[in-house]
Amino acid sequence: MSTAAVNPSAPAVIEKGSSLWADAWRRLSKNRAAMISLFLLAAIFLSCLILPAIPGFLSDPGAQNLEMKNFPPSKEHYFGTDHLGRDLFSRIFYGGRVSIMVGLITTFVSVSIGITWGAISGYVGGRLDALMMRIVDILYALPFLVIVILLGAVLTPQTEKLTEFTVKLFAGSADTASVNEMRTTIEPFTTLVPLFIAIGALSWLTISRIVRAQVQSVAKLEFVEAARSLGLSHSRILFRQILPNTLGPIIVYTTLTIPGVMLFEATLSFLGLGVKPPNSSWGILIEEGANRMLSNPRLLLFPALFFSTTLFALNFLGDGLRDALDPKSSKD
Amino acid sequence: MLRTLPLLLAASLALLSCSRETQVDRANREGILLIGNSGEPKALDPQLVTGVLESKIIGALMEGLVADDPKSDDALPPGAALSWEHNEEMTEWTFHLRPDGKWSDGTPVTASDYVFSYQRMLHPEFIAPYVEMLYFIDQAEAYNKGEITDFSKVGVRAEDDFTLKLRLREPVPYLPSLTRHYTWFAVPRHVILIHGKMTDRFTPWSLPGNFVGNGPFRLKSWQFHKAIEVDRNPHYWDKDNVGLNGIRFLPIENPYTEARAFFSGQLHSTYTLPSDFIDSVAEDKPQFLRQEPYVGTIFIRLNTTRKGLDDPRVRRALSMAIDRQSITDHVLEGYFPATSLTPKMGQYEPDKVLGFDPEGARKLLAEAGYPEGRDFPRFSILISRPAARASTEAIQAMWRKHLNIIVDIQNKDWGSYITAQQTLDYDIASAGWIGDYLDPTTFLMIWTKGNGNNNTGWSNAEYEKLLDDAAHQADNASRLEIFRKAERMLMAEQPIIPTAFYSRNYLHRPEVKGWYPLLLDNHPYKSIRLEP
Amino acid sequence: MFRNLIQRLLQGLVVLLVLFTITFFLVKAMPYGPFQQEKAVPEHIRAKVNAYYGLDQPIYVQYFKRLTNFIKGDPGLSLRLEGRPVTEIISQAFPTSLQLGISAMTVALCVGIPLGTLAAARKNSLIDFGSMALAMIGICLPAFVIGPVLAEFFGQRLKLLPAVGWEPADPRTWILPAVTLGLGTAAYLSRLTRAGMLETLSQDFVRTAKAKGVPGGRILVRHCLRGGLIPAVAYIGPAFAGLISGSVVIETVFQLPGLGQHFIKAIETSDEPVILACVMLYGTLIIIANFVTDLVSLWLNPRLRTR
Repeated sequence: MSTAAVNPSAPAVIEKGSSLWADAWRRLSKNRAAMISLFLLAAIFLSCLILPAIPGFLSDPGAQNLEMKNFPPSKEHYFGTDHLGRDLFSRIFYGGRVSIMVGLITTFVSVSIGITWGAISGYVGGRLDALMMRIVDILYALPFLVIVILLGAVLTPQTEKLTEFTVKLFAGSADTASVNEMRTTIEPFTTLVPLFIAIGALSWLTISRIVRAQVQSVAKLEFVEAARSLGLSHSRILFRQILPNTLGPIIVYTTLTIPGVMLFEATLSFLGLGVKPPNSSWGILIEEGANRMLSNPRLLLFPALFFSTTLFALNFLGDGLRDALDPKSSKD
Repeated sequence: MLRTLPLLLAASLALLSCSRETQVDRANREGILLIGNSGEPKALDPQLVTGVLESKIIGALMEGLVADDPKSDDALPPGAALSWEHNEEMTEWTFHLRPDGKWSDGTPVTASDYVFSYQRMLHPEFIAPYVEMLYFIDQAEAYNKGEITDFSKVGVRAEDDFTLKLRLREPVPYLPSLTRHYTWFAVPRHVILIHGKMTDRFTPWSLPGNFVGNGPFRLKSWQFHKAIEVDRNPHYWDKDNVGLNGIRFLPIENPYTEARAFFSGQLHSTYTLPSDFIDSVAEDKPQFLRQEPYVGTIFIRLNTTRKGLDDPRVRRALSMAIDRQSITDHVLEGYFPATSLTPKMGQYEPDKVLGFDPEGARKLLAEAGYPEGRDFPRFSILISRPAARASTEAIQAMWRKHLNIIVDIQNKDWGSYITAQQTLDYDIASAGWIGDYLDPTTFLMIWTKGNGNNNTGWSNAEYEKLLDDAAHQADNASRLEIFRKAERMLMAEQPIIPTAFYSRNYLHRPEVKGWYPLLLDNHPYKSIRLEP
Repeated sequence: MFRNLIQRLLQGLVVLLVLFTITFFLVKAMPYGPFQQEKAVPEHIRAKVNAYYGLDQPIYVQYFKRLTNFIKGDPGLSLRLEGRPVTEIISQAFPTSLQLGISAMTVALCVGIPLGTLAAARKNSLIDFGSMALAMIGICLPAFVIGPVLAEFFGQRLKLLPAVGWEPADPRTWILPAVTLGLGTAAYLSRLTRAGMLETLSQDFVRTAKAKGVPGGRILVRHCLRGGLIPAVAYIGPAFAGLISGSVVIETVFQLPGLGQHFIKAIETSDEPVILACVMLYGTLIIIANFVTDLVSLWLNPRLRTR
């Protein structure tokens, strides 16, 4: 195998260091697919964030009209109504808030732990590597569902207190009706965020193994050796030299984790740990739609459309990011 | 790998292209009935199980003193007993066993088998979960609780090989119907004692290869999550009238999977049909759709020890704000709006007291101190199965709309759901009950103090007095009249809010003959024929 | 090499012991105990049943008893399917899960790796977008959507394949479950392979080879596939163990008699012996899979051997 290297390109990276992000943005902005994706993502995220907050713009996602169930799209209901006669359009935007929040938080937590764990394990090697990887083995095999049930039992009383506290903080001495209203809005955030941080803290295993494998393979490359001989510190080598060269798989895995988490939220809600009905999320809409896909395929189609658009966009953006951040990428 | 892929594909296409008969076609040829049974049975020992799906299999393997009739709920065809009589007070019963009655290994079924069975079931060390079903026998409860240790004091006696005498603690006019429940079946003493002591639980006697029963079929095989198969019992007394060569029970839990299995020719009859399929099946394939009344009620259980729910006015208000007709029209399609707790069974039909009255509900709620729903505590409705979700969401929305109160819906895994109710650690829970036999007691006894299924924290001495009065009333008409009164009282207090009466909605192939609508849904398999 | 193997074996045993201990106490900490029945069991009866199974003893006594029995190879009796030995449950269900896992992995490998490689080779081409689209389908449409769709279409409409059921001897019954289960893994694999390949393609030695005029296909297979597969391989190990240990969604959609349903039910009923047996089985699979993965990575990446 020919690994004869001419001019290790590493020193160049070090010089470029400070302008890395500016360069990356310049490259990214030239990537049309990535820019369209970025725009789409921003549009979906912002509308999920803003539309439900505009009073009267979306109809109440919990308001039922059983006589009008499973209606086709119309002027009043852009995506038609669901099996309880609720407006699917507004349910998708309300649900998107939960899904996006949960997806981003959990992925952020799990990816940060996973990268750090895998990078240290792969870079240091030896006994520490063995210990860290055996811990990963144990965590892999622990019954996740049991842990989640326990987490729910432990966290629920705490999150309820948090909800009460937050409601008091915002509502002050308002009347019961508006306090209840407030609670309904706040609850998904106060109950889900702690839970999904905990879940993120348990689901970094595969990414840590991928990062470790990548780090191991890159750590022996010539430019790293060169950096070492230049006397750079370990953390600088690891985070400045090695990790940027492993970004591709990390970004890909990250973009794939987000939808995984969003769907997992639906599973959890059937254990009582996700959003409470009538609140919803994309995962729940898809799961409910899947059950009713014969009687009303729109219930699956529309949420899945939003879900997959987000996913596609995330992937194109991820690819673009990878290219843009790749220190060695040229215009080939 | 890549090179073999085309080969594999070609091979599989070749396999696909040859048309095969469906499993139903084959089963029709072989005389085997394929039915969905909704889940894996916990066990097949009739004295150790409590479920409905177990009863379907046990019903093929064993037969009660009185048998099920294929067409009628009230008819009492002879089973293991040829005839029976009782004294005027209906407290002493004599069953004459058929002399040609045999276990599936050829041993005769004798009265002493019944004595053994009831002793085993009632023995304090055997710990039978559903032992209350035998408490109708005099002194049975005392023996089970260890208050007496001499079983001969209990009201069960074998006068001779084929005469069984039962002495009851109260008049039980519906005893023949009761003996059709599996807790009253005889178990084979000579086989059980091979595999352990009388009081040993879950010994291998009830596994394939060992199981011996007195029903029309024998246990052939049991594969987890796949199938339980039974075949003809050559020693069954009425074997010449058994129409099937065997039955295969498929434990398909997911109702959508079950429907797919049915429509792709893998099942004769399903256990259930998802509500949202009923309309489309009724339109496209009406020949397969069966909708029949069933003795079951879906209800909402209230924890009456919670402040707010301790007021009957609040409970009634919650009930009156539910538009049951709308729920059964649009959400629980195929079910019927509940008008009381007990569905009509035989001569018993409770007063239709439940109705939709939002105006009255608001008034009651205001009287209870929550005008316009103000300051009403925020409760959670506990649910477990995703299937309960839509109907509970509908109720949630109705309470919000008509009473201006907000309740949450709390999903729980099954274990937590059950535990929360049994420990009164819940506010409101969505639940259901399927009657075990055709008498209102199967619904009304639950709400007595200390009953393991009550779980509402509610009890009422007057209500219990009424039930007790009824228990000592030998005249059926006046007995039922007392029950009607008790039920009116229960519905005025409403520790539970019935929402819908179950109905059996399922898919069924027309070539299965001899399968008629039955309230308890226990179809005697021996009279079923396959005529494609 | 031999020393490495012994070392990993010892480490594996420690992992299993720790795993056993944590799982045991997790199950004991669950908010409900076994023997829950829909029709409530009176408290005095439940207490008796608990005593019958030794569940009334102090936790540490139960722990050491269970542990020594496990070491002796006797996981005990199930508490849900009372009286049935755990070994019987596992030995009935595991072959199905193994067969399904292997066929799903075959699907995933046959689809994922070639697709990812092609996508990397023809970056931003139609193939690349096509493979991305396929991968997205695999992820956006989870098993509970794709399974019923496939079963509905191939089983019910076309009547080509059985919609429901599993026969160990009839490959026709394997196809739909294996495809449904394998698709998600295939999606991850293709994306990871593509990313790994791109990473390798931009390494210096590849540029050198290109500059020297080595043909593209040869570069791809001879030089890049090894390095490019590293992230995918790191994913395959645990994924394979996961596929084998059973998937409850696939099992309920297609009614397969696999381990997944037993495991979920065991958790719902706090059936400690079955949970422990499943976890230990899965743990063993994970240890083996990750060991093999590490060996394969070593082979893919000869530089690591110098350590």
